[in-house]
Amino acid sequence: MNRQKQQYVTIKGTKDGLTLHLDDTCSYRDLVMELEEKLSVNQTNEPDGPLVAVHLKVGNRYLTPEQEEEIRTLIRTKKNLVVESIESNVITKEEALIWKRETEIVSVSKIVRSGQILHVQGDLLLIGDVNPGGTVIAGGNIFILGALRGIAHAGYYGNKEAVIVASVMKPMQLRISDIMNRAPDYKAEERNEMECAYVDDNNQIVVDRLQLLTHLRPHLTRLERRL
Amino acid sequence: MGEAIVITSGKGGVGKTTTTANLGTALALAGKRVCLVDTDIGLRNLDVVMGLENRIIYDLVDVAQGRCTVQKALVKDKRFDDKLYLLPAAQTSDKTAVTPEQMKKLIQELKQDYDYILIDCPAGIEQGYRNAVAGADEAIVVTTPEVAAVRDADRIIGLLEKEENIRPPRLIINRIRSHMVKSGDMLDIDEIVMHLSIDLLGIIADDENVIKASNNGEPIVLDPNSKASIAYRNIARRILGESVPLQSLEEEQKGVFAKIKKFFGVR
Ligand SMILES: Nc1ncnc2c1ncn2[C@@H]1O[C@H](COP(=O)(O)OP(=O)(O)O)[C@@H](O)[C@H]1O
Ligand SMILES: [Mg+2]
Repeated sequence: MNRQKQQYVTIKGTKDGLTLHLDDTCSYRDLVMELEEKLSVNQTNEPDGPLVAVHLKVGNRYLTPEQEEEIRTLIRTKKNLVVESIESNVITKEEALIWKRETEIVSVSKIVRSGQILHVQGDLLLIGDVNPGGTVIAGGNIFILGALRGIAHAGYYGNKEAVIVASVMKPMQLRISDIMNRAPDYKAEERNEMECAYVDDNNQIVVDRLQLLTHLRPHLTRLERRL
Repeated sequence: MGEAIVITSGKGGVGKTTTTANLGTALALAGKRVCLVDTDIGLRNLDVVMGLENRIIYDLVDVAQGRCTVQKALVKDKRFDDKLYLLPAAQTSDKTAVTPEQMKKLIQELKQDYDYILIDCPAGIEQGYRNAVAGADEAIVVTTPEVAAVRDADRIIGLLEKEENIRPPRLIINRIRSHMVKSGDMLDIDEIVMHLSIDLLGIIADDENVIKASNNGEPIVLDPNSKASIAYRNIARRILGESVPLQSLEEEQKGVFAKIKKFFGVR
Protein backbone atom coordinates (compact mmCIF):
# COMPACT_ATOMS: atom_id res chain seq x y z
CA MET A 1 0.00 0.00 0.00
CA ASN A 2 1.58 3.20 -1.11
CA ARG A 3 -1.57 5.27 -1.03
CA GLN A 4 -0.07 7.47 1.64
CA LYS A 5 2.44 8.85 -0.84
CA GLN A 6 -0.20 9.90 -3.30
CA GLN A 7 -1.33 12.75 -1.10
CA TYR A 8 -4.93 13.17 -2.20
CA VAL A 9 -5.56 14.83 1.14
CA THR A 10 -3.39 17.60 2.58
CA ILE A 11 -4.10 18.77 6.10
CA LYS A 12 -3.10 22.16 7.39
CA GLY A 13 -3.69 23.51 10.84
CA THR A 14 -4.76 27.15 11.10
CA LYS A 15 -6.03 29.32 13.91
CA ASP A 16 -9.58 28.60 12.67
CA GLY A 17 -9.14 24.84 12.93
CA LEU A 18 -8.10 22.43 10.21
CA THR A 19 -8.10 23.08 6.49
CA LEU A 20 -8.25 20.00 4.32
CA HIS A 21 -7.24 20.34 0.68
CA LEU A 22 -8.77 17.48 -1.28
CA ASP A 23 -7.36 16.47 -4.64
CA ASP A 24 -9.85 17.06 -7.46
CA THR A 25 -8.50 14.62 -10.07
CA CYS A 26 -8.60 11.27 -8.29
CA SER A 27 -11.78 9.19 -8.01
CA TYR A 28 -14.23 10.01 -5.27
CA ARG A 29 -13.81 6.53 -3.73
CA ASP A 30 -10.01 6.89 -3.50
CA LEU A 31 -10.48 10.27 -1.91
CA VAL A 32 -12.83 8.97 0.74
CA MET A 33 -10.55 6.06 1.53
CA GLU A 34 -7.54 8.28 1.99
CA LEU A 35 -9.53 10.74 4.07
CA GLU A 36 -10.59 7.90 6.32
CA GLU A 37 -6.99 6.71 6.73
CA LYS A 38 -5.45 10.13 7.25
CA LEU A 39 -7.95 11.17 9.86
CA SER A 40 -7.58 7.89 11.74
CA VAL A 41 -3.81 8.30 11.83
CA ASN A 42 -3.94 11.94 12.79
CA GLN A 43 -6.43 11.42 15.56
CA THR A 44 -4.02 12.60 18.18
CA ASN A 45 -6.27 15.03 20.05
CA GLU A 46 -7.77 13.93 23.29
CA PRO A 47 -11.28 12.66 22.53
CA ASP A 48 -13.04 14.92 25.02
CA GLY A 49 -11.31 18.12 23.90
CA PRO A 50 -13.14 21.05 22.34
CA LEU A 51 -14.65 20.71 18.84
CA VAL A 52 -12.26 21.50 16.02
CA ALA A 53 -13.68 23.17 12.92
CA VAL A 54 -12.75 21.61 9.62
CA HIS A 55 -12.73 23.57 6.37
CA LEU A 56 -12.75 21.54 3.20
CA LYS A 57 -11.39 22.87 -0.05
CA VAL A 58 -12.36 20.53 -2.86
CA GLY A 59 -11.01 22.50 -5.83
CA ASN A 60 -12.68 21.77 -9.15
CA ARG A 61 -14.58 18.78 -7.88
CA TYR A 62 -18.37 18.83 -7.77
CA LEU A 63 -19.75 17.04 -4.72
CA THR A 64 -23.35 15.89 -4.84
CA PRO A 65 -25.40 16.60 -1.70
CA GLU A 66 -25.15 12.85 -0.88
CA GLN A 67 -21.35 12.90 -1.20
CA GLU A 68 -21.13 16.04 0.94
CA GLU A 69 -23.21 14.31 3.57
CA GLU A 70 -21.02 11.20 3.45
CA ILE A 71 -17.87 13.25 3.99
CA ARG A 72 -19.44 15.27 6.78
CA THR A 73 -20.50 12.09 8.55
CA LEU A 74 -17.10 10.50 8.04
CA ILE A 75 -15.34 13.46 9.57
CA ARG A 76 -17.85 13.80 12.40
CA THR A 77 -17.13 10.20 13.45
CA LYS A 78 -13.55 11.28 14.11
CA LYS A 79 -14.57 12.36 17.57
CA ASN A 80 -14.08 16.10 17.95
CA LEU A 81 -13.90 17.14 14.30
CA VAL A 82 -16.81 18.91 12.65
CA VAL A 83 -17.09 20.23 9.11
CA GLU A 84 -17.77 23.92 9.08
CA SER A 85 -17.43 24.71 5.39
CA ILE A 86 -17.03 23.00 2.06
CA GLU A 87 -15.65 25.19 -0.65
CA SER A 88 -15.76 24.18 -4.28
CA ASN A 89 -14.82 26.11 -7.39
CA VAL A 90 -17.73 24.61 -9.31
CA ILE A 91 -21.51 24.68 -9.08
CA THR A 92 -24.12 23.01 -11.26
CA LYS A 93 -25.81 24.84 -14.10
CA GLU A 94 -29.06 24.69 -12.17
CA GLU A 95 -27.51 26.34 -9.12
CA ALA A 96 -25.93 28.93 -11.38
CA LEU A 97 -29.30 29.79 -12.87
CA ILE A 98 -30.92 30.09 -9.46
CA TRP A 99 -28.05 32.27 -8.31
CA LYS A 100 -28.43 34.45 -11.38
CA ARG A 101 -32.16 34.80 -10.85
CA GLU A 102 -31.70 35.67 -7.20
CA THR A 103 -29.04 38.27 -7.72
CA GLU A 104 -29.84 39.87 -11.05
CA ILE A 105 -31.65 43.17 -11.37
CA VAL A 106 -34.78 42.75 -13.43
CA SER A 107 -35.78 45.96 -15.19
CA VAL A 108 -39.45 46.30 -16.03
CA SER A 109 -41.02 49.26 -17.78
CA LYS A 110 -44.74 49.34 -17.07
CA ILE A 111 -47.47 50.59 -14.79
CA VAL A 112 -48.46 47.98 -12.26
CA ARG A 113 -52.19 48.59 -12.07
CA SER A 114 -54.85 47.68 -9.54
CA GLY A 115 -55.13 43.90 -9.19
CA GLN A 116 -51.82 43.20 -10.90
CA ILE A 117 -48.86 41.48 -9.22
CA LEU A 118 -45.29 41.78 -10.48
CA HIS A 119 -42.97 39.22 -8.87
CA VAL A 120 -39.23 38.83 -9.50
CA GLN A 121 -36.66 36.61 -7.78
CA GLY A 122 -33.83 39.13 -7.53
CA ASP A 123 -33.86 42.91 -7.43
CA LEU A 124 -36.58 44.84 -9.22
CA LEU A 125 -36.00 48.04 -11.12
CA LEU A 126 -39.44 49.33 -12.08
CA ILE A 127 -39.62 52.14 -14.57
CA GLY A 128 -43.19 53.26 -13.98
CA ASP A 129 -45.74 53.50 -11.19
CA VAL A 130 -47.35 51.04 -8.84
CA ASN A 131 -50.97 52.17 -8.64
CA PRO A 132 -53.22 51.63 -5.59
CA GLY A 133 -54.20 47.97 -5.47
CA GLY A 134 -51.14 46.93 -7.49
CA THR A 135 -48.37 44.81 -5.91
CA VAL A 136 -44.64 44.41 -6.58
CA ILE A 137 -42.67 41.59 -4.96
CA ALA A 138 -38.92 40.94 -5.09
CA GLY A 139 -36.62 38.43 -3.46
CA GLY A 140 -34.13 41.29 -3.21
CA ASN A 141 -34.44 45.07 -3.30
CA ILE A 142 -37.10 47.14 -5.05
CA PHE A 143 -36.19 50.34 -6.88
CA ILE A 144 -39.07 52.30 -8.38
CA LEU A 145 -38.45 55.14 -10.82
CA GLY A 146 -41.97 56.42 -10.43
CA ALA A 147 -44.67 56.56 -7.80
CA LEU A 148 -45.28 53.75 -5.34
CA ARG A 149 -48.98 53.97 -4.43
CA GLY A 150 -49.71 50.28 -4.01
CA ILE A 151 -47.99 47.48 -2.11
CA ALA A 152 -44.27 46.67 -2.24
CA HIS A 153 -42.74 43.57 -0.67
CA ALA A 154 -38.93 43.34 -0.72
CA GLY A 155 -36.79 40.52 0.68
CA TYR A 156 -39.71 38.22 0.03
CA TYR A 157 -37.83 35.04 0.97
CA GLY A 158 -36.72 36.37 4.34
CA ASN A 159 -34.05 38.97 3.62
CA LYS A 160 -34.39 41.78 6.17
CA GLU A 161 -31.50 43.69 4.63
CA ALA A 162 -33.58 44.37 1.51
CA VAL A 163 -34.73 47.93 0.85
CA ILE A 164 -37.50 49.65 -1.07
CA VAL A 165 -36.72 52.86 -2.93
CA ALA A 166 -39.23 55.03 -4.80
CA SER A 167 -39.20 58.43 -6.47
CA VAL A 168 -42.60 59.10 -4.92
CA MET A 169 -43.19 57.09 -1.77
CA LYS A 170 -46.95 56.96 -1.07
CA PRO A 171 -47.53 53.25 -0.47
CA MET A 172 -50.65 51.50 0.78
CA GLN A 173 -48.36 48.99 2.47
CA LEU A 174 -44.64 48.25 2.75
CA ARG A 175 -43.30 44.80 3.57
CA ILE A 176 -39.71 43.75 4.03
CA SER A 177 -39.18 40.05 4.76
CA ASP A 178 -42.00 39.27 7.25
CA ILE A 179 -42.26 42.79 8.62
CA MET A 180 -45.18 44.95 7.60
CA ASN A 181 -45.89 48.64 7.73
CA ARG A 182 -49.24 50.10 6.84
CA ALA A 183 -49.67 53.56 5.40
CA PRO A 184 -50.69 56.10 8.02
CA ASP A 185 -54.42 56.80 8.10
CA TYR A 186 -53.90 60.52 7.88
CA LYS A 187 -52.81 62.01 4.59
CA ALA A 188 -49.11 62.72 4.69
CA GLU A 189 -48.03 65.86 2.90
CA GLU A 190 -46.45 65.30 -0.48
CA ARG A 191 -42.68 65.14 -0.26
CA ASN A 192 -40.70 65.87 -3.34
CA GLU A 193 -37.67 63.76 -2.81
CA MET A 194 -36.76 60.15 -3.36
CA GLU A 195 -37.19 58.01 -0.31
CA CYS A 196 -36.13 54.60 0.88
CA ALA A 197 -37.63 52.10 3.30
CA TYR A 198 -35.55 49.69 5.37
CA VAL A 199 -35.73 47.61 8.54
CA ASP A 200 -34.05 49.39 11.46
CA ASP A 201 -32.49 47.99 14.64
CA ASN A 202 -35.89 47.83 16.33
CA ASN A 203 -37.14 45.50 13.61
CA GLN A 204 -39.41 48.14 12.19
CA ILE A 205 -39.77 49.54 8.73
CA VAL A 206 -38.77 53.17 8.51
CA VAL A 207 -38.98 55.53 5.57
CA ASP A 208 -36.29 58.12 5.16
CA ARG A 209 -34.19 60.09 2.71
CA LEU A 210 -32.63 58.01 -0.04
CA GLN A 211 -29.16 59.34 0.73
CA LEU A 212 -29.07 57.46 4.05
CA LEU A 213 -28.76 54.15 2.21
CA THR A 214 -25.09 54.70 1.46
CA HIS A 215 -24.44 54.36 5.17
CA LEU A 216 -27.15 51.88 6.07
CA ARG A 217 -26.62 49.41 3.26
CA PRO A 218 -23.08 49.92 1.96
CA HIS A 219 -23.18 46.55 0.18
CA LEU A 220 -26.15 47.34 -2.01
CA THR A 221 -23.91 47.31 -5.04
CA ARG A 222 -24.21 44.12 -7.04
CA LEU A 223 -20.52 43.49 -7.58
CA GLU A 224 -19.96 42.92 -3.92
CA ARG A 225 -22.54 40.21 -3.65
CA ARG A 226 -21.65 36.58 -3.43
CA LEU A 227 -23.26 33.13 -3.33
CA MET B 1 -64.54 47.59 -42.86
CA GLY B 2 -65.78 49.26 -39.69
CA GLU B 3 -64.28 49.74 -36.25
CA ALA B 4 -65.53 48.10 -33.10
CA ILE B 5 -65.21 50.13 -29.88
CA VAL B 6 -66.02 48.68 -26.48
CA ILE B 7 -67.19 51.08 -23.77
CA THR B 8 -66.23 49.74 -20.37
CA SER B 9 -65.46 50.78 -16.79
CA GLY B 10 -65.27 47.99 -14.26
CA LYS B 11 -67.60 49.78 -11.88
CA GLY B 12 -71.33 49.97 -12.53
CA GLY B 13 -73.36 53.15 -12.80
CA VAL B 14 -70.57 55.41 -14.05
CA GLY B 15 -72.19 56.06 -17.44
CA LYS B 16 -71.21 53.32 -19.91
CA THR B 17 -74.71 52.91 -21.30
CA THR B 18 -75.29 56.66 -21.43
CA THR B 19 -71.96 57.10 -23.22
CA THR B 20 -72.68 54.32 -25.71
CA ALA B 21 -76.10 55.78 -26.55
CA ASN B 22 -74.82 59.33 -26.94
CA LEU B 23 -71.64 58.59 -28.86
CA GLY B 24 -73.57 56.26 -31.17
CA THR B 25 -76.17 58.93 -31.80
CA ALA B 26 -73.53 61.62 -32.34
CA LEU B 27 -71.66 59.43 -34.85
CA ALA B 28 -74.91 58.73 -36.68
CA LEU B 29 -75.63 62.48 -36.73
CA ALA B 30 -72.20 62.90 -38.30
CA GLY B 31 -73.34 60.64 -41.12
CA LYS B 32 -71.71 57.38 -40.06
CA ARG B 33 -73.43 54.02 -40.10
CA VAL B 34 -73.49 52.87 -36.50
CA CYS B 35 -74.51 49.70 -34.74
CA LEU B 36 -74.90 49.63 -30.95
CA VAL B 37 -74.46 46.26 -29.26
CA ASP B 38 -75.75 45.76 -25.72
CA THR B 39 -73.77 42.97 -24.05
CA ASP B 40 -75.28 43.49 -20.60
CA ILE B 41 -77.26 40.27 -20.82
CA GLY B 42 -79.81 40.02 -18.02
CA LEU B 43 -79.70 43.74 -17.23
CA ARG B 44 -80.22 45.30 -20.62
CA ASN B 45 -81.06 48.99 -20.72
CA LEU B 46 -79.38 50.49 -23.75
CA ASP B 47 -82.70 49.94 -25.57
CA VAL B 48 -84.53 51.97 -22.90
CA VAL B 49 -82.07 54.86 -23.04
CA MET B 50 -82.43 54.85 -26.85
CA GLY B 51 -86.22 54.63 -26.61
CA LEU B 52 -86.30 51.44 -28.66
CA GLU B 53 -87.46 48.83 -26.17
CA ASN B 54 -90.90 48.35 -27.74
CA ARG B 55 -89.46 47.18 -31.02
CA ILE B 56 -87.31 44.33 -29.78
CA ILE B 57 -88.16 40.92 -31.21
CA TYR B 58 -84.90 38.99 -31.17
CA ASP B 59 -81.76 39.62 -29.17
CA LEU B 60 -78.01 38.98 -28.91
CA VAL B 61 -78.44 35.50 -27.46
CA ASP B 62 -80.78 34.49 -30.28
CA VAL B 63 -78.16 35.58 -32.81
CA ALA B 64 -75.20 34.01 -31.01
CA GLN B 65 -77.01 30.71 -30.64
CA GLY B 66 -78.10 30.72 -34.25
CA ARG B 67 -81.84 31.13 -33.74
CA CYS B 68 -81.97 34.06 -36.14
CA THR B 69 -79.73 36.16 -38.38
CA VAL B 70 -78.12 39.40 -37.17
CA GLN B 71 -80.16 41.37 -39.68
CA LYS B 72 -83.38 40.06 -38.17
CA ALA B 73 -82.40 40.97 -34.62
CA LEU B 74 -81.18 44.51 -35.33
CA VAL B 75 -83.57 47.24 -34.29
CA LYS B 76 -83.55 50.24 -36.60
CA ASP B 77 -83.67 53.73 -35.08
CA LYS B 78 -86.13 55.50 -37.39
CA ARG B 79 -84.91 58.96 -36.31
CA PHE B 80 -81.71 58.49 -38.26
CA ASP B 81 -82.68 57.19 -41.60
CA ASP B 82 -80.59 54.14 -42.19
CA LYS B 83 -77.72 55.19 -39.91
CA LEU B 84 -78.34 53.79 -36.45
CA TYR B 85 -79.14 50.25 -35.33
CA LEU B 86 -79.26 48.44 -32.01
CA LEU B 87 -78.57 44.82 -31.23
CA PRO B 88 -80.29 44.43 -27.86
CA ALA B 89 -79.17 42.16 -25.02
CA ALA B 90 -81.39 39.30 -23.85
CA GLN B 91 -83.30 39.99 -20.70
CA THR B 92 -83.95 36.41 -19.65
CA SER B 93 -80.58 34.65 -19.98
CA ASP B 94 -77.33 35.35 -18.16
CA LYS B 95 -73.85 36.33 -19.29
CA THR B 96 -72.77 32.74 -19.91
CA ALA B 97 -75.37 32.29 -22.66
CA VAL B 98 -72.83 33.80 -25.09
CA THR B 99 -69.13 32.97 -25.50
CA PRO B 100 -66.27 35.29 -26.47
CA GLU B 101 -65.78 33.26 -29.66
CA GLN B 102 -69.39 33.80 -30.69
CA MET B 103 -69.03 37.53 -29.97
CA LYS B 104 -65.90 37.77 -32.06
CA LYS B 105 -67.65 36.21 -35.02
CA LEU B 106 -70.68 38.42 -34.60
CA ILE B 107 -68.71 41.68 -34.35
CA GLN B 108 -66.63 40.64 -37.34
CA GLU B 109 -69.84 40.21 -39.32
CA LEU B 110 -71.19 43.61 -38.23
CA LYS B 111 -67.93 45.31 -39.22
CA GLN B 112 -68.70 44.46 -42.85
CA ASP B 113 -71.84 46.61 -42.78
CA TYR B 114 -71.18 49.43 -40.32
CA ASP B 115 -68.60 52.18 -39.86
CA TYR B 116 -68.73 51.97 -36.07
CA ILE B 117 -69.84 49.23 -33.75
CA LEU B 118 -70.19 50.49 -30.17
CA ILE B 119 -70.25 47.71 -27.61
CA ASP B 120 -71.85 48.53 -24.24
CA CYS B 121 -70.04 46.43 -21.64
CA PRO B 122 -71.56 45.23 -18.36
CA ALA B 123 -69.91 46.04 -15.02
CA GLY B 124 -67.36 43.58 -13.63
CA ILE B 125 -64.44 41.64 -15.03
CA GLU B 126 -66.04 38.25 -15.56
CA GLN B 127 -67.53 36.63 -18.62
CA GLY B 128 -69.72 39.62 -19.51
CA TYR B 129 -66.58 41.73 -19.78
CA ARG B 130 -64.75 39.08 -21.79
CA ASN B 131 -67.67 38.83 -24.20
CA ALA B 132 -67.75 42.59 -24.65
CA VAL B 133 -64.05 42.99 -25.43
CA ALA B 134 -63.74 39.84 -27.56
CA GLY B 135 -64.37 41.48 -30.92
CA ALA B 136 -63.22 45.03 -30.14
CA ASP B 137 -60.47 46.97 -31.91
CA GLU B 138 -60.58 49.90 -29.52
CA ALA B 139 -61.64 50.56 -25.96
CA ILE B 140 -63.03 53.57 -24.15
CA VAL B 141 -62.82 53.49 -20.37
CA VAL B 142 -65.43 55.55 -18.53
CA THR B 143 -64.85 56.71 -15.00
CA THR B 144 -66.21 59.29 -12.60
CA PRO B 145 -64.05 61.49 -10.34
CA GLU B 146 -64.40 59.10 -7.42
CA VAL B 147 -61.66 56.99 -5.87
CA ALA B 148 -63.52 53.67 -6.26
CA ALA B 149 -64.39 54.32 -9.90
CA VAL B 150 -60.82 55.31 -10.74
CA ARG B 151 -59.50 52.20 -8.96
CA ASP B 152 -61.77 49.98 -11.05
CA ALA B 153 -60.84 51.86 -14.21
CA ASP B 154 -57.19 51.16 -13.42
CA ARG B 155 -57.96 47.46 -13.02
CA ILE B 156 -59.81 47.38 -16.35
CA ILE B 157 -57.02 49.27 -18.13
CA GLY B 158 -54.58 46.65 -16.85
CA LEU B 159 -56.76 43.92 -18.36
CA LEU B 160 -57.27 45.80 -21.62
CA GLU B 161 -53.53 46.32 -22.02
CA LYS B 162 -53.16 42.54 -22.12
CA GLU B 163 -55.54 42.23 -25.08
CA GLU B 164 -53.34 42.03 -28.14
CA ASN B 165 -55.98 43.07 -30.65
CA ILE B 166 -57.12 46.20 -28.83
CA ARG B 167 -55.38 49.54 -29.24
CA PRO B 168 -54.35 51.42 -26.06
CA PRO B 169 -57.56 52.44 -24.28
CA ARG B 170 -58.74 56.05 -24.04
CA LEU B 171 -60.46 57.72 -21.13
CA ILE B 172 -63.73 59.58 -20.58
CA ILE B 173 -64.31 61.21 -17.21
CA ASN B 174 -68.04 61.53 -16.60
CA ARG B 175 -70.25 63.34 -14.07
CA ILE B 176 -67.78 66.04 -13.09
CA ARG B 177 -69.15 68.56 -10.64
CA SER B 178 -66.89 71.53 -10.88
CA HIS B 179 -67.77 72.98 -7.49
CA MET B 180 -66.79 69.70 -5.81
CA VAL B 181 -63.53 69.53 -7.71
CA LYS B 182 -62.79 73.10 -6.71
CA SER B 183 -63.48 72.44 -3.04
CA GLY B 184 -61.23 69.38 -3.15
CA ASP B 185 -64.10 66.95 -2.52
CA MET B 186 -63.65 65.31 -5.90
CA LEU B 187 -60.51 64.15 -7.65
CA ASP B 188 -59.37 66.66 -10.21
CA ILE B 189 -59.05 65.70 -13.84
CA ASP B 190 -55.33 66.19 -14.00
CA GLU B 191 -54.85 63.89 -11.04
CA ILE B 192 -56.97 61.14 -12.65
CA VAL B 193 -55.22 61.36 -16.02
CA MET B 194 -51.77 61.30 -14.41
CA HIS B 195 -52.70 58.35 -12.30
CA LEU B 196 -54.24 56.25 -15.07
CA SER B 197 -51.76 57.55 -17.65
CA ILE B 198 -53.84 56.92 -20.74
CA ASP B 199 -55.07 59.45 -23.30
CA LEU B 200 -58.01 61.58 -22.27
CA LEU B 201 -60.79 61.48 -24.86
CA GLY B 202 -63.14 63.87 -23.11
CA ILE B 203 -64.86 65.05 -19.97
CA ILE B 204 -68.58 65.38 -19.29
CA ALA B 205 -70.22 67.46 -16.62
CA ASP B 206 -72.76 66.07 -14.24
CA ASP B 207 -76.02 67.31 -15.70
CA GLU B 208 -79.53 66.37 -14.64
CA ASN B 209 -80.71 66.84 -18.21
CA VAL B 210 -78.76 63.67 -19.05
CA ILE B 211 -80.99 61.71 -16.70
CA LYS B 212 -84.17 63.35 -17.98
CA ALA B 213 -83.20 62.67 -21.57
CA SER B 214 -82.41 59.03 -20.84
CA ASN B 215 -85.74 58.59 -19.12
CA ASN B 216 -87.46 59.93 -22.23
CA GLY B 217 -85.55 57.61 -24.51
CA GLU B 218 -83.97 60.61 -26.25
CA PRO B 219 -80.19 60.72 -25.85
CA ILE B 220 -79.05 64.15 -24.58
CA VAL B 221 -76.89 64.61 -27.66
CA LEU B 222 -80.11 65.36 -29.62
CA ASP B 223 -80.49 68.55 -27.56
CA PRO B 224 -78.16 71.00 -29.30
CA ASN B 225 -77.80 73.35 -26.34
CA SER B 226 -76.89 71.31 -23.30
CA LYS B 227 -73.28 71.18 -22.23
CA ALA B 228 -73.25 67.42 -21.97
CA SER B 229 -74.51 67.28 -25.54
CA ILE B 230 -71.64 69.42 -26.79
CA ALA B 231 -69.19 67.30 -24.82
CA TYR B 232 -70.50 64.09 -26.41
CA ARG B 233 -70.40 65.58 -29.90
CA ASN B 234 -66.83 66.68 -29.35
CA ILE B 235 -65.85 63.20 -28.24
CA ALA B 236 -67.47 61.79 -31.35
CA ARG B 237 -65.44 64.21 -33.47
CA ARG B 238 -62.27 63.10 -31.70
CA ILE B 239 -63.17 59.49 -32.45
CA LEU B 240 -63.52 60.53 -36.09
CA GLY B 241 -59.98 61.84 -35.93
CA GLU B 242 -60.57 65.60 -35.62
CA SER B 243 -58.55 67.47 -33.04
CA VAL B 244 -61.05 69.31 -30.89
CA PRO B 245 -59.89 71.20 -27.81
CA LEU B 246 -61.54 70.40 -24.51
CA GLN B 247 -64.79 72.36 -24.27
CA SER B 248 -67.26 71.71 -21.58
CA LEU B 249 -65.92 72.81 -18.25
CA GLU B 250 -63.12 75.16 -18.99
CA GLU B 251 -64.94 78.37 -18.08
CA GLU B 252 -65.23 77.17 -14.53
CA GLN B 253 -61.93 75.38 -14.43
CA LYS B 254 -59.34 77.43 -16.19
CA GLY B 255 -56.47 76.03 -14.10
CA VAL B 256 -57.36 72.46 -14.82
CA PHE B 257 -57.87 73.21 -18.47
CA ALA B 258 -54.43 74.66 -18.84
CA LYS B 259 -52.96 71.48 -17.46
CA ILE B 260 -55.07 69.26 -19.66
CA LYS B 261 -54.33 71.10 -22.85
CA LYS B 262 -51.04 69.33 -23.13
CA PHE B 263 -52.77 66.00 -23.52
CA PHE B 264 -54.40 67.25 -26.67
CA GLY B 265 -51.51 69.30 -27.83
CA VAL B 266 -49.65 66.18 -28.88
CA ARG B 267 -52.36 65.00 -31.25
N1 LIG C 1 -73.14 63.12 -17.17
C1 LIG C 1 -74.15 62.70 -16.41
N2 LIG C 1 -74.86 63.55 -15.65
C2 LIG C 1 -75.87 63.12 -14.88
N3 LIG C 1 -76.27 61.84 -14.82
C3 LIG C 1 -75.61 60.92 -15.53
C4 LIG C 1 -74.52 61.29 -16.37
N4 LIG C 1 -74.07 60.16 -16.98
C5 LIG C 1 -74.82 59.14 -16.52
N5 LIG C 1 -75.76 59.59 -15.67
C6 LIG C 1 -76.76 58.78 -14.96
O1 LIG C 1 -76.09 57.82 -14.16
C7 LIG C 1 -76.83 56.62 -14.11
C8 LIG C 1 -75.95 55.46 -14.54
O2 LIG C 1 -75.60 55.64 -15.91
P1 LIG C 1 -75.43 54.41 -16.89
O3 LIG C 1 -75.06 54.95 -18.21
O4 LIG C 1 -76.61 53.51 -16.84
O5 LIG C 1 -74.20 53.69 -16.21
P2 LIG C 1 -73.57 52.24 -16.51
O6 LIG C 1 -74.03 51.80 -17.85
O7 LIG C 1 -72.10 52.47 -16.43
O8 LIG C 1 -74.05 51.35 -15.41
C9 LIG C 1 -78.03 56.81 -15.03
O9 LIG C 1 -79.13 57.14 -14.24
C10 LIG C 1 -77.61 57.96 -15.90
O10 LIG C 1 -78.70 58.71 -16.37
MG1 LIG D 1 -75.07 49.91 -18.36
